[in-house]
Amino acid sequence: MLRILHQIFKVGTITEPLVPSEAFEVVGAKLQNTIKQRFRGSLAIRLVDAGSCNGCELEIHAANNAYYDIERFGIHFTASPRFADMLLVTGPVSINMKKALEMTYNAMPTPKLVIAMGDCTINCGVFGQDNYAIAGKVEDIIPVDAVIAGCPPSPSDLIQGILATLTV
Amino acid sequence: MSLLSNTWFAERLGDHGIHSEYLEDHHPAHMPCLEIRRLDWAHAAEEAKRLGMRLVAIWAAEAGKHDVKAGKRRALYTYMALAHPEHRHALLRTELRGDNPQIHSISQHYIAAYRMERTMQDMFDIDVMDTPDNRPWLKHEHWPESAYGLLHTFDSKTPLQSDPERLDVDYDYVPCDSECAYEISVGPVHAGIIEPGHFRFHAVGEKILNMEERLGYVHKGIERAMKGRTASDGLKLAARVSGDATVGHAWSFAQACEYAADINIPARASYIRGVLCERERIANHIGDIGAICNDAAFAFMHGQCARLREDMARLHKEAFGHRLLMDSLVIGGVAHDIDDATCQKIMQQTLDIAEEVERLRDIYADTASIQQRVIGAGIVSIEDAKDIGLLGFVGRASGHYPDERIEEAYAPYDALNITIPTGKLGGVSTRVWVRFEEIANASRIIIQLLEQLPKGNIQTPWTAPEAGMSGFASIESWRGEIAAWVRFGVDEKIDRYFVRDPSAINWLGLELAVRTVPVPDFPLVNKSFNCSYAGNDL
Repeated sequence: MLRILHQIFKVGTITEPLVPSEAFEVVGAKLQNTIKQRFRGSLAIRLVDAGSCNGCELEIHAANNAYYDIERFGIHFTASPRFADMLLVTGPVSINMKKALEMTYNAMPTPKLVIAMGDCTINCGVFGQDNYAIAGKVEDIIPVDAVIAGCPPSPSDLIQGILATLTV
Repeated sequence: MSLLSNTWFAERLGDHGIHSEYLEDHHPAHMPCLEIRRLDWAHAAEEAKRLGMRLVAIWAAEAGKHDVKAGKRRALYTYMALAHPEHRHALLRTELRGDNPQIHSISQHYIAAYRMERTMQDMFDIDVMDTPDNRPWLKHEHWPESAYGLLHTFDSKTPLQSDPERLDVDYDYVPCDSECAYEISVGPVHAGIIEPGHFRFHAVGEKILNMEERLGYVHKGIERAMKGRTASDGLKLAARVSGDATVGHAWSFAQACEYAADINIPARASYIRGVLCERERIANHIGDIGAICNDAAFAFMHGQCARLREDMARLHKEAFGHRLLMDSLVIGGVAHDIDDATCQKIMQQTLDIAEEVERLRDIYADTASIQQRVIGAGIVSIEDAKDIGLLGFVGRASGHYPDERIEEAYAPYDALNITIPTGKLGGVSTRVWVRFEEIANASRIIIQLLEQLPKGNIQTPWTAPEAGMSGFASIESWRGEIAAWVRFGVDEKIDRYFVRDPSAINWLGLELAVRTVPVPDFPLVNKSFNCSYAGNDL
């Protein structure tokens, strides 16, 4: 126990402004305010991997680490679409995931915000649109509110993308 | 790069009356491809098993466009790759009958073959005879029956439309009629931030009786999408077969291409590839150890490990231009050279992280609450591990120790003395122990590689081989051996790419590991394997 405490105090608080610039603090504060006003301080996100390579998932995990600590803004990832405010979708939509993606979307309450994350959701990425196994881009399957570019987008891109979607 | 031709396997086959012919259009010579008669297929597998070889992969390929004889039907081949701890890899090929493509199953000799054989059925309409399981695998129920994704006659350019009459057809899961047992179905959309797949549990009380995996949800037609790409364009796709093992997949693809074209990469490039691959190994093991602990509510470890992983990602961005090391390889070498200052930085961080991990390991080992969960959970016996041929750290925790850095000893590992942890107990705690050991070993390797980093170029100019040349590579990624086979066609374009992620084999181990464990232990055991869905589904 003592060693655990020692380690915790030695590392200290490492949570930092997302991008080392003033822009982030503004973004962070704005994000927090928006979430406070529109979602009573808590924004629940359901993630669906609709065919990604797992790269985007690694960066979503990273957004939860102590440096970015996405939860400080009131954002958390939820296990069920039933109480999700936002759907985060990664990957081109594979033909074998299309139905599951539609079902997840339909299971959500309004406002059913949808963010598509990664280059795959813009143009199906390296997998290509002329591919029998790809049903299409996310927006071909369900309505999309915002797209975050990158292969994969960095954790700070992700957080800023979420803010941009909320303030539209 | 070419070594002497490896005739060991051909001679052994000859001893048993199996005639084989060495194929000249396959490289490298130390991993030869032998053509055998179709009727000898299962017999050859049986002899290979008796010789102590493990199955690497089994796949099919149509003859390339360059290889079609006028007025003749396009030939269809099946391939089998096998590996021996001392005699390296050997490939077998046989031609199927064009009018009635049939092949005997080898699953009775190598159980790990059965899902790959199902994939051959799904993608090529090959009739695999005497298979223990002929249900479709990647071809989900909604696909039209006539769709065979890798046949040249199939329209691969337009999204496949579901057959409306098959939309509600359910997969033929293993049934359980017992009145005492109940079913739990999970997925494809899981509770956490993970890839999609379906698990069907049969449970009695708290204990799992059986767990069946249903994968294929993230099938993206990667093998087909590779067709017609140049090697350097294809490398971007190969780097995204499984995003967490991007260096491993890129390396196996690049090396297969380089073998096919018979080009050597500069020593400096191979050393940098080694550094990238070992860094990827450390980052993933650290992330997974944290996640395993988190699944047993030891959140402290998760927090600390996630921090270390982030530190690594940031240095990767700085030194190699990408947080996850994507696109850091090129065909013929690596994309980024490292200067002395960067070299020092990488060495320093690797040492610091290895030291921190050791400190965390002490805490992990002395915390009773986590030890109680991991010790004895999710055991795969040595016998089962050898039978399936489990790979990487999963195999190494269960008494099966294939490691291509030692067996294949490709550059730069041929210059190093690689030691691997040899676990035997096969539970979650052993897999975690193996991962801790591998972090320490990998950090030693990185230091050694960087200290001895040869001077010189980092790229060899690439010239594609002539049509019909193929290359096979086997790379030890953090999950285990990645096997890739690439054949070139006309216009310097790739004609067929086959890749086997270690997960395609290790998923079978998970099904055995969760038998008789309590249902709430499933996430813990699953995380200790952390098999790739994307790498399996392709």
